[in-house]
Amino acid sequence: MSGNHPGLSNNFSRSGEKFSWSKDNLRSIKNIISKYPKGREQSAVMPLLYLAQEQNNNWISIECIETIAETLNMPKIRVTEVASFYSMYNTRPVGENLVQICRTSPCWLRGSNKITKTICKETKCEINDTSDDNKFTVVEVECLGACSNGPMIQINNDFFEDLDEESTKKIIDNIKEGKPNVIGSQKGRRSSENA
Amino acid sequence: MLLVLKKAGEVQKMLNEKDKVFQNLHGFQEPFIEGALKRGSWSNTKEILSKDQNDIIELVKSSQLRGRGGAGFSTGLKWSFMPKNTGKQHYLVVNADESEPGTCKDREIIRNDPHTLVEGCLIASYAIQATKCYIYIRGEYHYEYVQLEKAIEEAYERGFIGKNACGSGFDFDLYVHRGAGAYICGEETALLESLEGKKGQPRLKPPFPAGVGLYGMPTTINNVESIAVVPTILRRGPDWFKSIGAENNTGTKIFCISGNVNKPCTIEEEMGIPLKELVEKHCDGVEGGWDNLKAIVPGGSSTPMLPKNICESVLMNFDDLKANGSGLGTAGVIVVNKNNDIAEVIERFAHFYKHESCGQCTPCREGTGWMHRMMQRLVRGEISPEQIELLENVTKQVEGHTICALGDAAAWPIQGLIKNFKSELISKYNKKLKAS
Repeated sequence: MSGNHPGLSNNFSRSGEKFSWSKDNLRSIKNIISKYPKGREQSAVMPLLYLAQEQNNNWISIECIETIAETLNMPKIRVTEVASFYSMYNTRPVGENLVQICRTSPCWLRGSNKITKTICKETKCEINDTSDDNKFTVVEVECLGACSNGPMIQINNDFFEDLDEESTKKIIDNIKEGKPNVIGSQKGRRSSENA
Repeated sequence: MLLVLKKAGEVQKMLNEKDKVFQNLHGFQEPFIEGALKRGSWSNTKEILSKDQNDIIELVKSSQLRGRGGAGFSTGLKWSFMPKNTGKQHYLVVNADESEPGTCKDREIIRNDPHTLVEGCLIASYAIQATKCYIYIRGEYHYEYVQLEKAIEEAYERGFIGKNACGSGFDFDLYVHRGAGAYICGEETALLESLEGKKGQPRLKPPFPAGVGLYGMPTTINNVESIAVVPTILRRGPDWFKSIGAENNTGTKIFCISGNVNKPCTIEEEMGIPLKELVEKHCDGVEGGWDNLKAIVPGGSSTPMLPKNICESVLMNFDDLKANGSGLGTAGVIVVNKNNDIAEVIERFAHFYKHESCGQCTPCREGTGWMHRMMQRLVRGEISPEQIELLENVTKQVEGHTICALGDAAAWPIQGLIKNFKSELISKYNKKLKAS
């Protein structure tokens, strides 16, 4: 099933702390709900899961689900099934940098296997693992929709494209050293023009 | 200048720069309002909105624009299915859940020329009497989401959308809804479910969305590219659009070329450009030369692959690809050369479909997993000629037996592999047998 990343199990867990919305998020929620017709507040469940995930160190705990269910006046099971259906909701804690490597054919044809090896080596993570220092979680994912720029990876919200082993290592090194990375093409392309 | 033979036998030139709808496809100009105004967006939108709604639908119909999301259904005709003056809330929903492997065209429109889409949403919504429109964008496209939100904000600030949009008297609201990593939500009814805050599992049709769609109201769902070309069609006229391409396969089209080419790229070209020319001219050829070509998947992962001899002459349009046993799909062209195992390309697609099956229909839920396991064995040379036949047989039992087309999409690539490379798969088995 569409489900989660192979390693991010569908078994939700408790964080042990109550989850309540931050002040900023309470304002955002009002704004989000207003996008949908009256009586159709359930439509806001996906944006609210994103908000909760952002506020909760990038994962969805049972407490997050309870709070969302309460906010939207929905049964908890309905929130849970949405959270477990879509792969971008992390149902367990992940490292500071969630590294997603595209493994689908267009990227594979251009060497995504080498990128996976490099990332595992540099982050000292196996696929689906989180590094000991909690800096990285590494997963392989299906097509991320940047096929003319493969091989590519996504780290948190950012795409890194046109990769080779060297540029991949550099990106990971920069993260480790707290230096900024250039997002997008690592070969100096503007987007996906012939260059 | 290269000359291409049209199907009807006419001779015509390659696509001119000035005929490109997306002048900023690659983002070398300013993507936002200042750049968009220079490129002609929003120039006479009020005038377009002063036309009768049916006239707009007729114009789009006569341009012969076919949906760019994969199925290739006439966009104008689809709009005409919307009921008129029902007194109900109508919706336009734009499918920006671009997830078909090999496809990355809508992404370029959204991040580099978002006003073409925003303006298209307004005009299309007006034509189908929808005062509200949702753009459903795939969750992974975070940067594109931010770009799009900014463009929408600009359009509101300038009064192009919102109350009395462009001074036309038409009130219009546009919202963006982010998906969260489920390919199935690119299926239109699954997308509606998702937008309603549920799991993205496709609905049975009928009822069709034009009758009972989002929140039970009349709804039209269109692909980003279909909507984003509409303002230009109405500005330059359907005859201009029809002058590009061939009968029933008109206009320009964005192609995304990936895989084993020297320079993969996304490019707007004439609908019906020969596949070989697309690869040779725009991507500097196949890695290792044209003779190193194994096969090409012409329209995203679900379209069956084409062997080299067909790639020599096939035209990249709906009808010619169909006649050659494949389809234009989303025009995501995936090139595979002889250095790679073609079976593994398809095995990875099979893995993709297994992962993305929503689990609702048994043939797809069980079939995609079974087909993937067989494909893994096939890659290792472990399935016999009889089992290859069994695999082919099972693909046909999945195909056409599910609520949505995901089952078909999972079956076709495997069928294409067996059809074109059966003897190779058998010799793989024999080789393995000998070795053991």
